[in-house]
Parts: sequence; C-alpha cells; structure tokens
Amino acid sequence: MDIGILNVVTYLPLLGAAFILFFLSDPRKIRYFATMVAAVDFGVSLFLWWYFDPTVGGDRIFQFRWTRDWIPSLGVKYDFGIDGIALLLILLTTFMGVIAIWSSFSAIDYRQKEYYVLLLLLQTGMIGTFCALDFFLFYVFWEVMLVPMYFIIGIWGGPRKLYAAIKFFLYTLAGSVLMLLSILALYFFNDGGIPFLHINGLGNGYSFSMLQYHNIGHLIPVSLQRWIFAGFFFGFAIKVPMFPFHTWLPDAHTEAPTAGSIILAAVLLKMGTYGFVRVALPILPQATLDWLPFIVGLSIVGIIYGALVTLVQKDMKKLIAYSSVSHLGFVMLGMFALNPMGIKGSVIQMINHGISTGALFLLVGIIYERRHSRMIADYGGLAKQMPMYATLFLIAALSSMGLPALNGFIGEFTILLGAANRNIWWAVFAAIGIVLGAAYLLWLYQRVFWGPLDNPANKNIRDLNRRELGLLVALVAVMVWIGIYPKPIFDLLDKPVEYVVQKVDPGYFNNLPAMHVAESK
Amino acid sequence: MTWNDVVFMLPEIILSIGASLLLIAPVIGWRLKEASAKWAILILLAITALSVVICSNVVEGLPQTVSYSAMFALDGFAIFFKLLFITAIAMIVLLSDDFLRESRYSAWEYYSLLGFALIGMMFMASGVHLASIYIGLELMSLSSYILTGFFKNEQKSTEAAMKYFVLGTVSSGILLYGISLIYGVTGSLNLLTIAKAMSTIITNDALMFGIMLLGAGLCFKIAAVPFHVWTPDVYEGAPTPIAAFLSTASKGAAVAIFARIFYVGLHDFQLDWSNILATISALSMILGNLAALTQDNVKRMLAYSSIGHAGYVLLGILSLNAMGLRGVLIYTLVYVFANLGIWATVLMLRRHEYAGERVDDFEGLHKRAPFWAFAMIIFLLSLGGIPPTAGFIGKYFLFAAAIQSGFGWLAIIAVLMSAVSMFFYFRIVVAMYLREGREAEVAITPALKLVAGVCLAVTLIFGILPAPLINQATESSSWVAARAAILTHAGR
Repeated sequence: MDIGILNVVTYLPLLGAAFILFFLSDPRKIRYFATMVAAVDFGVSLFLWWYFDPTVGGDRIFQFRWTRDWIPSLGVKYDFGIDGIALLLILLTTFMGVIAIWSSFSAIDYRQKEYYVLLLLLQTGMIGTFCALDFFLFYVFWEVMLVPMYFIIGIWGGPRKLYAAIKFFLYTLAGSVLMLLSILALYFFNDGGIPFLHINGLGNGYSFSMLQYHNIGHLIPVSLQRWIFAGFFFGFAIKVPMFPFHTWLPDAHTEAPTAGSIILAAVLLKMGTYGFVRVALPILPQATLDWLPFIVGLSIVGIIYGALVTLVQKDMKKLIAYSSVSHLGFVMLGMFALNPMGIKGSVIQMINHGISTGALFLLVGIIYERRHSRMIADYGGLAKQMPMYATLFLIAALSSMGLPALNGFIGEFTILLGAANRNIWWAVFAAIGIVLGAAYLLWLYQRVFWGPLDNPANKNIRDLNRRELGLLVALVAVMVWIGIYPKPIFDLLDKPVEYVVQKVDPGYFNNLPAMHVAESK
Repeated sequence: MTWNDVVFMLPEIILSIGASLLLIAPVIGWRLKEASAKWAILILLAITALSVVICSNVVEGLPQTVSYSAMFALDGFAIFFKLLFITAIAMIVLLSDDFLRESRYSAWEYYSLLGFALIGMMFMASGVHLASIYIGLELMSLSSYILTGFFKNEQKSTEAAMKYFVLGTVSSGILLYGISLIYGVTGSLNLLTIAKAMSTIITNDALMFGIMLLGAGLCFKIAAVPFHVWTPDVYEGAPTPIAAFLSTASKGAAVAIFARIFYVGLHDFQLDWSNILATISALSMILGNLAALTQDNVKRMLAYSSIGHAGYVLLGILSLNAMGLRGVLIYTLVYVFANLGIWATVLMLRRHEYAGERVDDFEGLHKRAPFWAFAMIIFLLSLGGIPPTAGFIGKYFLFAAAIQSGFGWLAIIAVLMSAVSMFFYFRIVVAMYLREGREAEVAITPALKLVAGVCLAVTLIFGILPAPLINQATESSSWVAARAAILTHAGR
C-alpha cells in the first residue's frame, strides 16, 4: 500500500508526540526522543529533495501527489503534493524544527513533556499546510498550527505571556476566518454562483482543489476577485505580518520562549507569504494587479517603518522582532514585482530570513539563559568574554543585513533586481531599508560586544557550550552555503516561479513563444 | 385509528406510560430505592430509542410518512432529532445522578419530569401541524419550568423558575397569537396546507404580522436577541444538570420546530422574513459573544455563548437552502455534544452546592485531571468552530449557507464573532493550563466520565471524518427539503 512520503514527513512528528505522551515520562528521554524524531523527519525531507524532479513544469509541477476522497458530498479531497517552493519551506521547517527542539534542552525546565509534545504537533501543522493542495485541508492545517503556538507562548513565555499569547491567537484567527469566507466564495463561484453579488458561477460543481482554481481563476469576474482577494489578504497579511497588522508580532516574539521565537520567525511568518504565492497570486491575477499599489505601498512603509522602529529598541529580542517586519516587507515587495526574478528572490529571502533571524533569536536566547536580561544597556564588551559567541553573532548579523558571500545578499539582491525591473523607485526605497538594516544591526553589535566590559555581572559569563556551538555552526554553514552556492535552490525555483508568473501575468512570457507553448501542454 | 397509526406514535406512547409510572411509583407505595430511579429512566430511554428505530423502519414501508390527520410525521428529520434528544436526555440523566444524590429531593419525580419533557420534544420533532407542535412545546416548557425550580429550598433556583415561567408563558401567548393569525389567513394549521395557501397569496399584513409573532415566540425559545434576557439568570439559577438540559436538548427541540415551520410552512414568504431573521441573527451573535467576554461565572458565560449560537443556527434557517438545512441538523448535533461535554466538566469541579461555577475554579485542572482538561479544550475549540473538531463542520455549513443565499455581510459578522468567542472560551483554557494558582478540586464519577468521553469521541470523530454525519444529515433532511422546494442542484 502506498502511504505517501508526504504523509510520512507530515505525520511523523505527530506520531512522535503521541509516543511521548503515552510512553515517556523522564524529561531527559523525552528531550532526546523529540530531537531524534525531528532529526529523522529532517532526514525524510532530505530524501524528498533527493527524489524531487525540479525540471518538471506545467500542471505536473506538484509532485509526490497523494489524493484520496475525504468528504465526497462536499467535494473535499485529501490532496497532498509539493512544488519547489513548498519543498524548500518544508526543508526549512524540518531543519529549524531540529534546531528549535535541540535549543530547548536547558531553556525549558518545567512541564517539559507538554512542551515537546506541542512543538512536535506544531511541526505537523506547519508541514501539512505546505503539503495541502486542497483548500479545506489547507484551512484545517492552518488552524491546527494556532493552538500549539498559543500554548508555547502562554505556558513557557515571559512576564506578559498571557497577553501576548491571546493577542497572537485572536489576530491570526480573525484573519483566517476571513480567509475561510474567501475560500467559500471561490467554492460557490465554481459551483452555482454567488447571488448577492449577482454573479453566475461556472457550474463545475463543488471542489476545493487549489489546482483547479489555478486554472479557472482568471475566469472570475474582477469585482468578485477583489473581494476574494480582500479575504485572503487579511488572512495572509496578518500572518506575514504586513504593516499595519504587525502589532501582535513584537509581543509574541518578546514573550515566547527561544524555541517558540525561532519557529515563529522561521516558519510561521512564512505561512503568510507562502499563502500569497500559492493562493492569492495564481488564482486572482486581476485582483493582484488591482491591489498591487496598495500592497507595495504597505510593504515599503513596512520596510522603512520597521527598520526605523528597530533602531530605537532597547530590548534585543524586540529589536530582532521588529527587524522581521522590515525583512518581510522585502519579501512582499519582491513577490509583488510579479516577475520571475522578484518572486524567486522573495522565496529565497523567506528561507534566508528563517535561517538568519532564527539564528539571531537563538543567540539572544543563549545570552538570556545566562544573564536573564535582554536589555542592550546591560551588556557591553562581551567580545572579550565570549569570543566564539561574538564571532557567530557577527556572522548571523551580517547575514541578516545582506553581506555578500552570505545568504542574505543573494535574496536581497535578487529582490532588488526584480523590483527595479518593475519600477526603479521600489528598489530605491528597498535600498534605504538595507542601509537602515545595516545601521541597526551594527549598532546593536557595537553596543553589546564592543566597548569596555564594565558590568560586573558579565565578568563571569560563560562562552558557548558544545550543544550551542553545534546548533550555531549548523546554521552558519547553511548561511555560507546559500551565500556561495545558491544554484540548487534557484534550480528548485525555476519551474514553480514560472508557473506562478504564467498564472498571474500571462503576458510576461509572450516574448518567449516557444516556452509558452511548451508550458501550456 | 389503525395499527399503522399506532406505529407512528409508539415511542411516545411507551415513553408516556413509562414516565407516568415513574411519577406514581413512589406514591402508590412501592418500596423503591432512590438509586434505582436512574436505572428505571435509562432503561425506559433505551426502550424508547429502540422503538424509534423499529417504528421508523416500519414506517419506511408504508405509503405515507404523515399520520393522524396530517399532524404527525415520522420522516428522517423527526427520527434524527428524536434520537438526538433521547441521547441528550440520557446523558443529562447521567449528569444529574450525583447531583441529586446530595440533595434531598425525589429522583423519581425529577426523572419523570425529564421524561415528560422528552415526550414534548419528540412531538416537536414530529409535528407538521401547528397544534401538535404547540402542544409538544408546551409540554416541554412546563416540565422545564418545574425542573428549573426543582430545588425548591434554594432561593436562586426558585427565582430562576419564576422568571422563566412568567416570560415563557408570555412568549407562548405571543406564539399562539401568531399561530391564530396565520390560521385566520390561510385557513389551516397544517404546515403543508399553509404552504399551499401561501403560494397564492402575494402580500398580506395580517399574515406577515402572524409570522412575526410566531418568529418572536420561537426566538424566545431558542434565546435569540432581543428575546434572550431570561437566559443568563435562568441558567445561573437552575440546577446545573437542568442548565445543561436547557442549553442543549431544549434548545435543540426549539431549533427543530423553527426549521420545520419556516422551511415547510412559510418558505414562500422567505423574502419577507429572512431579513428580519438576519437582523435577529446578527444581534444575537454580536451581543451574545460580546456579553460573554466579561462573565466570570461559567454558567452565565455559557448562557451568553448559547445566545450567540442561536444566532449561528438562525443563519441556517434564514438562508433557506439545502446547505442551511443540513447545517441546522449538523450544528445542533455538534453543539449538543460539545456543550454537554462542557457541562460534564463543570460538574466534575463541583465540591458542594454551587462551586465549579467560576472561571477561577478551573485553575490548575490540567494537573488534577489532565485528560479531562484536554477534553475541555476540544469541546471549547468545537464551540469556537476550530478544525479539526466537529464544530468546524457545523459552522462551515452555516457560513456556506449564508454566503450561498446572499447574506455575505452576515457571514462576515458570523466569522468575526466566532473569533471573538474564542477569547472567552480561552479564558477557561488559560485558567486550566496557564495559571499556576490553586489546584482545582475535582470529583470525577464514572457517570461524568462516560458523558464526557462520549462527547469527546463524537466531537473528534465527526471533526476528522465528517462524511457519515453529512450524509446522514442530507438523508434526514430530504423530506423537509422536498417540501421546502429547495433546488435539488444545491442538494448534492
């Protein structure tokens, strides 16, 4: 019987969680078992990459398909399949999952069983969201992610954890229920129409298949497209988070435990951008163009405003949280350039942001464990006391600000190319963001690591231990690899991005007729 | 009256005899232990459920599904609700057991009253004639007034019963006046005849007024705004198992007749009443959920949340399509099980007369009873409509029905309010898991475990594999759907 490798990668963490719940009680064993499960899951996802064929384009772009009837009377299918974008994000999820779980060994010292169970459950929710090709299934996984994250913030978080947790939960839920309405509108349009907008449907019957909507999306009348886009926009923009929906993010990040912040920054925020590139762009091309000025405007405001707010933060974790707003603005800007370069850069930047910001949160978490303070003013001159820590922090910061030969540069550069291709002013604003990014990170580095080591509490601070070093070296290795040799990633993105551009802007490939014909087969 | 007629009503006949025996048994001097009352009623309920199944199979072979001068139907809709009500009453019996043992009141009387309420509800489920529906409604209501005030030495209980009785009878009067106006215009009380008469009427003020009064009376029974004011006080004052009864079974019965009357009898006038119901629905969702935000008493919080849920169910009724009708059936079932699960958990926390009622009482429940705390999360998520619980499937149908019938604005209010509702549902979760305060004291009896376990299983299974439930709802609603002239296209 074919159980589907995507099911394996999705449900393995869930099975691990169930095993921990029922059979393990010793915290030490639980920790190692959870890490093992996450590592095996990462192994399985590497296996996916190995067997993934990046040269296939067109409608067969979604590979490892596994389709079964789920609720036949509603046309709901259990439909799994991934393209290059989803594959990259799954790799990111499983990799950061290992990092997050491994990093929690010393940070979490109470209610450990529940903690690891929830983290593994969260992994299942996230991977499932990336695999789902059926809206109903997508929505189910989307909501499944919410509850574990709520508890991770709410139980193991900082002083204002209750406020941060419920704020995170309600913001995301409000967005996702509006997304549900848009899904329903698509669903009825495909079937019989939507009376109150006086729109006749296609009469195709009930279906939640994303791929079907990729093909019929352009048939939807523009007035309806705009409404549907609005629903999706709220669902995704809150998750990204785009300015002005970002206010939940600093609270959630600041209060969450380190691993929670890592997962939140690395993967959960990417759900929003993934949603745009998988759902909003290909299905609603005309509405995308209509909404474009608005979204690009918000992205640019997000880039600049996010960076300016980041500059004045006194709390390291909050600083990195706000920098996410700015970075995700880049991702959105690149995506809405609507050309292959911009979208590729956008996807690569999603990965980069996950790795770099994840690493920065980890670094802040490490020092917080030692000193129980995240205030920049409490530190200074750490470079003398913790040379290894200082070096790795520098690499992570440089990667985050986009220094050549590290991963951030590849993403930002590609995005700038794509944006400039569309409108040179977008690139100008984005470049201002990059300069500000260098400013806040270098200034942070200067205040924390240089200068005199004058706070007596920092005199005896230990440098990294072997576990922490291992985690950080793994992250840095990925940064350097993407920075120097990004070709494997670009290869994965070629066809999916072409697919998206073809749907959202069919005219783009008109000067390449041969390719166009090949694609439409 | 032929044998065939008896078959239609056999379950009700059995239940009437049984419930009467329960009432008189202690009076005529049989030496019966209080503890055996529970077994007597449970056996009676089992026999009734069995007879419903058997009779429905017999009726399936008969040429007609309506009997007694077209007053009483035994169609899929009726069977669905009858079985649901019997299950709900059985679970309420299990919830009541421990509660009654500590009080000094007669369990025999209590259970026979529950039995009579059930007879009324079964009549409501079957009624296709306004007279039979009204009689069933009154039987249920009168029994529940008494049950609300059953703890006659408790001031709160008596006060709640008095409020409920006075307001309830007024609303029954309004309902009856509406029925009389409809009778005056259409010349019949039979829903099918009313529908036929209505199809020839273009507009008629008296009829419209009658429909509005009828709707107002029904809205009182399902506790929709602005006819909701009694709900929090009555739920708070009533004995907890009776509050559970009022918020699940009794409400479900009112929803059943609401749907039956409007779908079968009044569907021709949809344009006239759907906007009024839409307003009521919007108000119920907004006010119910917002008012619940500030409640510290779990019973009051559930009362306000049930007002909100009345608003959701109205979505299914006012949209008048196959999606909505199925939504009403599915949602009622899902809501009954999730709510009974919550009430079971509330009763687990009871230490003496009125504890386990404040949100604070849930503090630290995850340490004392980890499994039941987890079950509580599932019930709350189900009420909030979060997948993969059954509540999501119910809400899905209702929202879809609203969009399909052109009430997009109402669907937007509905989804936003369900996000709001998660805030107060999660206050209980916060107390259970996130506050390291006192540890909840629990008294978990096997009966409570059974109820919560069944509710948990139903909520999770129908959340993950909803296909059987949906198919059953489609089948059960076919008779009503056909009479309501709903397009078959949408019924797929």
